[in-house]
Formats: sequence, C-alpha cells, structure tokens
Amino acid sequence: MTKNDQTALIEIESVSKFFGSFQALKSVSLNVTKGERVVVCGPSGSGKSTLIRCINQLEQHEEGDITVDGITHDGAAKSLNAIRQKVGMVFQQFNLFPHLSVLDNLTLGPVRARGMSKADAEKLAMQYLERVRIPEQSDKFPRQLSGGQQQRVAIARSLCMEPQIMLFDEPTSALDPEMINEVLDVMTELASSGMTMIVVTHEMGFARRVADTMVFMDHGEIVEVAPPEKFFKQPDSARCQDFLQKILHH
Amino acid sequence: MFKKLFPLLLLVPLSGCAGGNWGWYVVDPTTTSGYNNVWFLLTGLYYTVLLSVTAIVISIVIGLLVALPGLSTNKYLRGFNRVYVEFVRAVPILVLILWVYYGLPQLAGIAIGVFWAGVIALALSDSAFEAEIFRAGIQSIDKGQYEASHSISLNYYDTMRFVILPQAIRRILPALGNQLVYMLKMSSLVSVIGMQELTRKANELVVTEYRPLEIYTILVLEYLVLILIVSAGVRWLERRMQTDERN
Repeated sequence: MTKNDQTALIEIESVSKFFGSFQALKSVSLNVTKGERVVVCGPSGSGKSTLIRCINQLEQHEEGDITVDGITHDGAAKSLNAIRQKVGMVFQQFNLFPHLSVLDNLTLGPVRARGMSKADAEKLAMQYLERVRIPEQSDKFPRQLSGGQQQRVAIARSLCMEPQIMLFDEPTSALDPEMINEVLDVMTELASSGMTMIVVTHEMGFARRVADTMVFMDHGEIVEVAPPEKFFKQPDSARCQDFLQKILHH
Repeated sequence: MFKKLFPLLLLVPLSGCAGGNWGWYVVDPTTTSGYNNVWFLLTGLYYTVLLSVTAIVISIVIGLLVALPGLSTNKYLRGFNRVYVEFVRAVPILVLILWVYYGLPQLAGIAIGVFWAGVIALALSDSAFEAEIFRAGIQSIDKGQYEASHSISLNYYDTMRFVILPQAIRRILPALGNQLVYMLKMSSLVSVIGMQELTRKANELVVTEYRPLEIYTILVLEYLVLILIVSAGVRWLERRMQTDERN
C-alpha cells in the first residue's frame, strides 16, 4: 500500500464514516492501482459495503479523503458527477429499472448522462449485452428474466457508462446457487480484460482466481491486506484466520 | 313515507309517463319544451368537464411541485411542504371559492372571471391532496432505484423524470383517479358564484319549472354517468400501464 510503486487510481485516506453514533468505518486507508482487482471480505457489518459505497458517494464519509483518478470528493456536485462517470457499480439487489426494457435500462445513462444519440447508445448497449451473453433478451422487461440474467444486465448497464473502475457490492448474494457461476464468469471475463475492480464478496473461489489483492475488514477497520497466495495460506491476524476458517470449512 | 320514496329508489320511468307525484313531462324529450329543458341541462356538461379537467391538471402540477420539497433532506424545504399542505387542506372548498372570487380581486386589484376563480379554488384545494399522494408514491420507491440512477450519473431531474416518477405514478394512479372523481363532484360548488355548469343549470331550471325532484334526479344521473366514464377510463389506464411493466 505504498504510494511510490505505481500511481493509485483510487486513494482512500483515513476515511471515517458514522451512522449516528455507530462508527462504520474507522480511519480506513486503501490504494487501488489501475487494473488492480481487489476483493474485500469480512463478516457482515464489518464496513465492506460502506467502504465501496463511499467511493462513489452513495454514502458520505465524515473524515478523510477519497480521490478517484486525481479528483477528490469535496462535496461539490461537479467533482461528484465527474467521479460517478468514472465509477460503475453493481448491487446485490440488481436495482434494474422495472418499468424499462432491458435495452432502455442500458441506454438511459449513455443518452442522459453522456449525451449520446439514441442510435449510438443502442449500438453500445447491444455490444455490452453480447459481452454478458444475453443479447436476445434486449426487448424483455427485468421481471421476465432470471436473477442471474438480471444481474448480468445490471453489469452491462454499468459498462455502458464505460467506467474506469467497477465496484461490486455482493453481486451474487441474492442469487440462487445455480445462477452464481454465470455472473462470476462475466466478472472473471471483465477482470481479464484489465478492468480495475473492487469486489465485495464471499465467493472465495472467485477471489482466489481473480484477485490481485485481498482485503479483510472487521469492525470498520481494514485488518489485513495481502495477495491471495499469502492471504489464504497464512494471514497475519488471528481475526482473519478465524474468519477464513469459518468461511472455507462450512 | 316509504310509499313516497319507493319510486325514487327504483329511479323509474325516465320516459314521458307522469304518474303519481312525478312530473317527467319537464324533461320529456319528445315534447319541445322537454327537449329544450334536457338540452339546457346537458349544456352544463361542457363547463363541468372543462373546469374539472383544467383544475385537476393544474393541481397535479402544483401537487408535484409541493411534494418534491417534502422529500428533501433540507428541513426548510420540508417545512414549506408541511405548511402548504396543512394550510391549504384546512380551508373548505366552498370557502376557498368565495375567497378567490370575491376576496382575491380586492387583494390583487384585478377582476377574476367565474371560470378562472373556480379553477384556481379547486386546483389549490386539491393540490394539497395531490402533494400528499405524490409524496407517498415517491416514498414507496425503493432506494436502490436512486442508487442505481446515481451510479449511472443521472442528475436529480433525470432520476425523477425517467426512473422514479414513472414508477410512482403507476402506483398512485388509483388515488389520482379518486381525486379526479372528487374534483368532478366538487365542481358543483362553483355554481354558487354563477358558473354555468351542471348544478347551476339545474338550479336555474328548477326556478322556472318548479320541478326539483325530476330535475335534480336528472342532475344526479348526469354526475353518475360522468363519473362512471371517468372510473372506466382510469381502470383502462391502470391496466395499460401494468401490462407495460409485466407483459
């Protein structure tokens, strides 16, 4: 986590976040370089989701600085918008727009936020639907699709904004087991294309395959940061060992 | 007593039969005077519909503009919403009509016609209810929809216009339909300032024909038919919007 090896695309510096009197993040620092794949794990309530939600300011942090590609969150609408253009996000509950067709879900952002023409946006949308392997579903509505398909549409929707960074907030936690792999496959493919990714997940097989860096959080703190080989074999902290014990041997 | 009311309950012959205490000849379209009377009553439809529709459109716009600040995190904006809703909701419609028609010109220094006085009073009065309906509808939308909109960089206006309101309006359509029905009925109150709508026409005819029972019965039926048409229209719209989403 030193700054001198490569320039960081995301710099999180001593960030604290409170919900009322509860401190969800306790002076958290983390740097992510371009192309790096970071997997964040930890028990529920440890602050993993809160941390990545602070990056595109779905949650506002009270202390510390978050800088994305040279732009620091300063509370102004201009920097917020600039950062959100660079950061895509995939949610646990998909959050597709239920009243819009798959294609309209994908083109809304490009047309309204990026100023693309409808025709160009549709071309782009079809391109990303191919990439998540469901181009034939473009005219359907979200509730006609399976959970796995919906999540892939959600990934495509984010990619249509052509972000530099993709955040995944437990993308497979709401899925039936047989649908988890189709989503993980799309994410793995995305990782191999060089996308910078931060993934909050309990899918340790995926983490082993894809992650450059593993981050373990507990009680609002980053407890352990290590490459996966070390992380899974011999983590330094007892808390992390304990967590891995539980999650890997159930 | 029951004997006298019984024919009314059956809403019997709207034809020319003039049995018992009924004097249907007043509105018998087969006679010249009856035909003229019926036509006279029906001409009130134009203003009843025009007044109600204009008022509901304006009240929906005001209602939305009042509802949005009510959803803000800013307490002054929320305060504005509360004060508006509580204040406007507390004024009886009839009182508001009188105030706008007789009082407002004195305050503003300009004359306001009967039609616009009616529209303003009805729209204002209804806007407070519309605001509450919109607020409830918008609040019922999952916050994940906002988060997804933010994450694809939509601004507030686009988020509302393309994501939140289309979903909210589907949900509040039955309530909006209720308000339209309510508005149609309340438009009868504008007769007190001389608006030539259904109720006023009926009143005028009663004064010349002395047949309140028959004429007001026709009036009841006029509102009934109008409102059944509106209900059918709203249900049709509901079905159409739902198939949009569910297919």
